[in-house]
Amino acid sequence: MNIDFLIDNFADLSVTGLAQGAIYALVALGYTLVYGVLRLINFAHSEVFVTGTFATILTLRGIGIGPDDPVPSLLMVLLTLVLASIVAALSSGAVALLVERVAYRPLRRRNAPPLVFLISAVGASLVLMEIYALFLGRDNVRVGNLIKPRTQFTVFGADVTNRQILIVVSAVLMMVVLDSFISRTRLGRGVRAVSQNPDAAALMGVNKDRVIALTFLLGGLMAGVAAVLYDLNFGVTKFSAGFLIGLKAFTAAVLGGIGNLRGALLGGLLLGLAENWGQALLGSAWRDVIAFVFLIVVLMFRPTGILGESLGRARV
Amino acid sequence: MPRPERPAPTGPERPAGPGSGAPIRPTPDPGEPLLQIVDLTLRFGGVTALDRVSFDIRRGEILGLIGPNGAGKTTCFNAITGVCPPTAGTIRFRGTSLGRRKKHQITRLGIARTFQNIRLFPEMTALENVMVGADAHHRTSVPGAIFRLSPRHFAEERVCRAIAMEMLDRVGITERAHQIARNLPYGDQRRLEIARALATRPALLCLDEPAAGSNPAEKASLLELIRSLRDSGYTILLIDHDMKLVMGVTDRIVVLEFGRKIAEGLPAEIRENPAVVAAYLGVPDGSA
Amino acid sequence: MTGFVDRLRLADEQRAAFAAWPRRWWAGLPRPVRLGALVAFAAFLVALPILQPPVLTTTGTDFTGVLFTVGVYCLCALGLNIVVGLAGLLDLGYIGFFAVGAYSVAVFGSPQSKLATEYPWLVCIPIAIAISMVSGAILGGPTLRLRGDYLAIVTLGFGEIVRLTAVNSEVLGAAAGIPEVPRPPGERADGTRLFTIVDVTPFYWLVLALIFLVVLAGANLERSRVGRAWVAIREDEDVAQLMGVPTFRFKLWAFAMGAAVGGLSGALFASRQTFINPESFPVQTSLMFLAAVVIGGAGNKFGVVLGAVIVAYLPERLRSIDDGLLVVWYVSLVLGLATYLLLRRRGPRDGPRTYLRLGVVAGILAALPPLLLAMPEVFGSRGEIGQLRYLMFGLALIVMSVFRPQGLIPSRRRAIELEDRAKEVEPGATS
Repeated sequence: MNIDFLIDNFADLSVTGLAQGAIYALVALGYTLVYGVLRLINFAHSEVFVTGTFATILTLRGIGIGPDDPVPSLLMVLLTLVLASIVAALSSGAVALLVERVAYRPLRRRNAPPLVFLISAVGASLVLMEIYALFLGRDNVRVGNLIKPRTQFTVFGADVTNRQILIVVSAVLMMVVLDSFISRTRLGRGVRAVSQNPDAAALMGVNKDRVIALTFLLGGLMAGVAAVLYDLNFGVTKFSAGFLIGLKAFTAAVLGGIGNLRGALLGGLLLGLAENWGQALLGSAWRDVIAFVFLIVVLMFRPTGILGESLGRARV
Repeated sequence: MPRPERPAPTGPERPAGPGSGAPIRPTPDPGEPLLQIVDLTLRFGGVTALDRVSFDIRRGEILGLIGPNGAGKTTCFNAITGVCPPTAGTIRFRGTSLGRRKKHQITRLGIARTFQNIRLFPEMTALENVMVGADAHHRTSVPGAIFRLSPRHFAEERVCRAIAMEMLDRVGITERAHQIARNLPYGDQRRLEIARALATRPALLCLDEPAAGSNPAEKASLLELIRSLRDSGYTILLIDHDMKLVMGVTDRIVVLEFGRKIAEGLPAEIRENPAVVAAYLGVPDGSA
Repeated sequence: MTGFVDRLRLADEQRAAFAAWPRRWWAGLPRPVRLGALVAFAAFLVALPILQPPVLTTTGTDFTGVLFTVGVYCLCALGLNIVVGLAGLLDLGYIGFFAVGAYSVAVFGSPQSKLATEYPWLVCIPIAIAISMVSGAILGGPTLRLRGDYLAIVTLGFGEIVRLTAVNSEVLGAAAGIPEVPRPPGERADGTRLFTIVDVTPFYWLVLALIFLVVLAGANLERSRVGRAWVAIREDEDVAQLMGVPTFRFKLWAFAMGAAVGGLSGALFASRQTFINPESFPVQTSLMFLAAVVIGGAGNKFGVVLGAVIVAYLPERLRSIDDGLLVVWYVSLVLGLATYLLLRRRGPRDGPRTYLRLGVVAGILAALPPLLLAMPEVFGSRGEIGQLRYLMFGLALIVMSVFRPQGLIPSRRRAIELEDRAKEVEPGATS
């Protein structure tokens, strides 16, 4: 126990936690969207995310920014970031769609039991992971310098860097865009209809296949943006990097109440905070343990997550 | 044959069994309340599904619970069988309050039910479905079953199978015993649900729209079955939309509307009751 | 219209008959023949390490070692089958129990462990089983009230917690692990130890015996009140409880039983390895166990064992594959697929699109061999082809799920379901 350390660095830890939590939250959206519509854990979503991290790096290399190059000019950085986000989001989205098409849709046609979906997803996950390992190697891949962390201002004694601001702001921005897309647009209405009652929605003329594909695409886009932020934050990625962050993101989704978009944001941020506070207290080695114990404890007291599922199931 | 009727008790409270201290009487006299529902209230969020409903079910009778859609009939079932714990009020079975007992404990006390939308164990055979019900009173657990050492295990298995076959025979679907429940014809699935409920050896059998979706011939034979069950000593609580069926088989009827009890009495009385007629206006007989 | 219905019915009947015939054929054989076949098969299994049959034997790695690993996977799949296949509880952290069993043996038995109790192996095994069971109950207690999908993520977290705890605690040897895990007692005729690092064969036989016992125990459970209660819970938990099944208690039992078998397999694994560290227990392995259960046919003991063989053995075999075998694999794959396509149920959706899709599949299949043959050129050396094994395995998982969602050997109930359908169709088809 190291309570003094926690108290002394509380604000700093919180800021770091929020930045990480924002990334978890963005990835969590993919799980929560798909779960809301299909009642299914999309196990391959972690690889959808990894796709984005590699797409980002490939974009940087394409522009000509190597891992050891100095930080380019501000304009260049902004352009690169925008381009990388677009490329990463699109490639993650495309892979998510591909996974849906190859690993899920045939099963839906056959009314397979839910367990089989999981196995198919595990298969897709393995395939994607191995393909990345094949083409990009099994070692860590370094991203390169885009933003030199510089303290912008101080809150309660915590130094807030430009990088952290960028991460949190873009994550929240994406979240707001998605939220209004789901609640305002016609397509979003279709998603909500299918998640509440798929059969009735189909009877009302909603194209279920299209809605499902759309949720995968949306989840993929979010994961792509999250991947760019991840690359910025950690500076390194790996073919198998998806597993842990996928697990945490799903934890975040469950924590907030799965199927609930705002729950994913809340769950992600809380998880990031809890992790950083906990690791200050117990040592960084216990960081991941803390995340899962936190989940178990929350679920014991709030079995449907903090905000609750927006789409509770009727009983008997 | 309907037995001679007594007038319905006027007060909801009877001095029979105040709380858990009273001894459980295994076989109350016929006509004595088996289940007492007192001021039962259930709220879901802002909706009051049941509002201070009180009635008794007497031993050996068929009590019909009727009312328009959404009147709270199934909710009442759910409260009795422990699916939805009551917001207020008490339910006493054989004089003891059900309190906040778990669903399986209530079943073991002797209340069994069927479901409006059939809910069998679809991948199990008919026989296995019934055996699950028959297991309700058995005690073999994992250690006994793994090593097959205890004589109790064998005795219970034998009894379980015997009861299950007997119940299948009772409802007349013995020849379906080894078929998968999902593949049974609709009418047999309904019967299988009754057999499964009977196998738990209940004193009170709650049937939730057992005739829904059946054709007239099936309905007639179902009526026959329900009557024969009553005659062999089961007490039956029956929900149905179909007035003809309810009028034809029940001894007494309780009418719910919007979560309140609006009438209680003999079928003939209910038929004449202006409040009931008003509640059912526009809902012709047998339209369900 | 009637023509269409009849066609559909006929197709269904054909499919049902086709799916049911191996089972019926087997049940139709005289009892002595069946018994003889079973004994012969058992003898074959026992003799495998000595026979080292040509096509089956793995060339790159020790065949007996692979056999042992396959055996351990079988045990795990059998244990997990209780949890997932029978009781329908999605457990993604099964490796956690496996690790608990392994660490129990290591901590209590190894002279190198901090505890240094140095209990003999025969004492360690019951301890390992007991501790795994208790850990199953501890995990199940608070979490089994959760709905299925939450259970999945919580158990997945549990698997990771166990591993990370091992990494971080000194008593469990931290990242370095614990060496000198005790081995089973027993001596050969010449006085040397029976169970050694060098010769895995006795371990393999031990695992075979344990698989036999677990299958037996599992069968007993399945045919009892407990098994019925589990399946009832899987089918409809609310109704099961309304029919008098104490659902929570039985779910906890399912968890504990699964954990016990997992712990036992972990203990064996540790004894065979004689050295364990957290690296031996990645969470992903849980998914492999689950894949074994689902591929084989959740709920069916034999299916599950077959699934475990596929999951554990195939990647090892693929590790040391050569061109000739590749061709064999490939031809059998194509033949299997062709058989499937020829015999499959013809649905109302069949039309030009279906054939287009089949064409695409055929095209991909045709394009694969040159690609695979070009692989060595791409990777420079032949050995690298082994790296493709998880890729192939992943593909196999998807293909399996899509084409045979009920598993290779579906549970008896599903088989009955198909037979039922066949029976019901017969009168309709003749009239």
